Amino acid sequence: MKIDPIHQFNIEPLFTIGHIGKHTIAFTNSSLYMFITVAVISLLMIGGMARGQLIPGRLQSIAEISYEFVASTIRSTAGSEGMKFFPLIFSLFMFICVSNLIGIIPYTFTVSSHIIVTVALALLVFFTVLVYGIYKNGLKFFKIFVPTGVPMYILPLVMFIEILSFFLRPVSHSVRLFANMLAGHIALKVFAGFVAMLGVALGALGWAGGMLPLALTVALTALELLVAFLQAYVFAILTCIYLNDAIHPGH
Amino acid sequence: MAEKSHGTGAHTEADGGHGGGFPPFESSTFASQLVSLAIAFVALYVIVSRFALPRVESVIDARQNAIEGDLAAAQKLKDESDAALKAYETELASARSRAQAIGNETREKLNAASEAERKKLEDQLAIRLAAAEKQIAATRETAMKNVRGIAADAAGAIVQRLTGVLPDGKTVSKAVDATLKG
Repeated sequence: MKIDPIHQFNIEPLFTIGHIGKHTIAFTNSSLYMFITVAVISLLMIGGMARGQLIPGRLQSIAEISYEFVASTIRSTAGSEGMKFFPLIFSLFMFICVSNLIGIIPYTFTVSSHIIVTVALALLVFFTVLVYGIYKNGLKFFKIFVPTGVPMYILPLVMFIEILSFFLRPVSHSVRLFANMLAGHIALKVFAGFVAMLGVALGALGWAGGMLPLALTVALTALELLVAFLQAYVFAILTCIYLNDAIHPGH
Repeated sequence: MAEKSHGTGAHTEADGGHGGGFPPFESSTFASQLVSLAIAFVALYVIVSRFALPRVESVIDARQNAIEGDLAAAQKLKDESDAALKAYETELASARSRAQAIGNETREKLNAASEAERKKLEDQLAIRLAAAEKQIAATRETAMKNVRGIAADAAGAIVQRLTGVLPDGKTVSKAVDATLKG
């Protein structure tokens, strides 16, 4: 009996779309879940708000709560000027949150468990910060590397650390999400696998013994629900904090 | 569960030729994922920024306006009822003071009338008293005059009887006057 906890991350091409250079561009299971995610968000945000009642129903409440949640996150971290980036941050938050939540359903695929996806999103944020920061503040943007009130003799060291940390942001930003989703899904799969392995290997006794990993799987699923939301929130709030640097450079 | 894990195993073997590595690090799949992500995310961004967020915003604004409108209407009604209460109270106060004024006025009028009546009666009494006193004085004077005549006659008669001479009228009346005065 072999259980491969990595199998769930396999990319399986469903059909080929075309070629760019040497690369074959295929519509994969990952693509499918990306579009399912977009469809679910659209359904929630447009379908839920279709009637736009004064007293919201369930779906409308969810849509409005997501809106208010992201809006208040931006206002508290990047100020009201950060609201310029509301559609971007809302898209990022909802995309990650909904795809993570869909990924918890058994037999589905988790889009953000692939580092290329999280790196792409993190670089999107990184370049948005860089381009907007320079566009809005010109050279003053680089003041973020020069904290005020630091003695001259350690300033070069501080600047080096600041610059390094700035360029490591997309790495930590993307790896945090990717690693969390990957590890969580592997752990789920491993514990769920124990249930089946014990049942097959030890018969009746194994079925009884399988209760423990089963309980752990249930608990881990609950934890993963939290992580799915939390990682989307962390990604969004870090985006806000990075954008705040672009809007208000200088510590 | 067993069935699933069995299927998993089968798939893994089938995908063995795929590269056999760790799927998230298989660079051959990167291009496909990036293209899909770009399309999906741009689509999401457009849907969110063009349709979803403005719609939510308008609904929330409409609700906010409705709440503010209701609160304003409630405040207006409250102000109106306050004003009505105030008007009622001032009306009541003015009516009360008016009633008091009417009462005072009536009382004063009645007092004045009774005072005038009393004065009139007193005046009449005084006139009658004066007339009576006058009459008494006149009567007394007449009586005194009569007394003098009688005294003069009597004195003349007495002197005649005593002396046999009729005294001069003027002398007698002078003597009587002197006696009456003394």
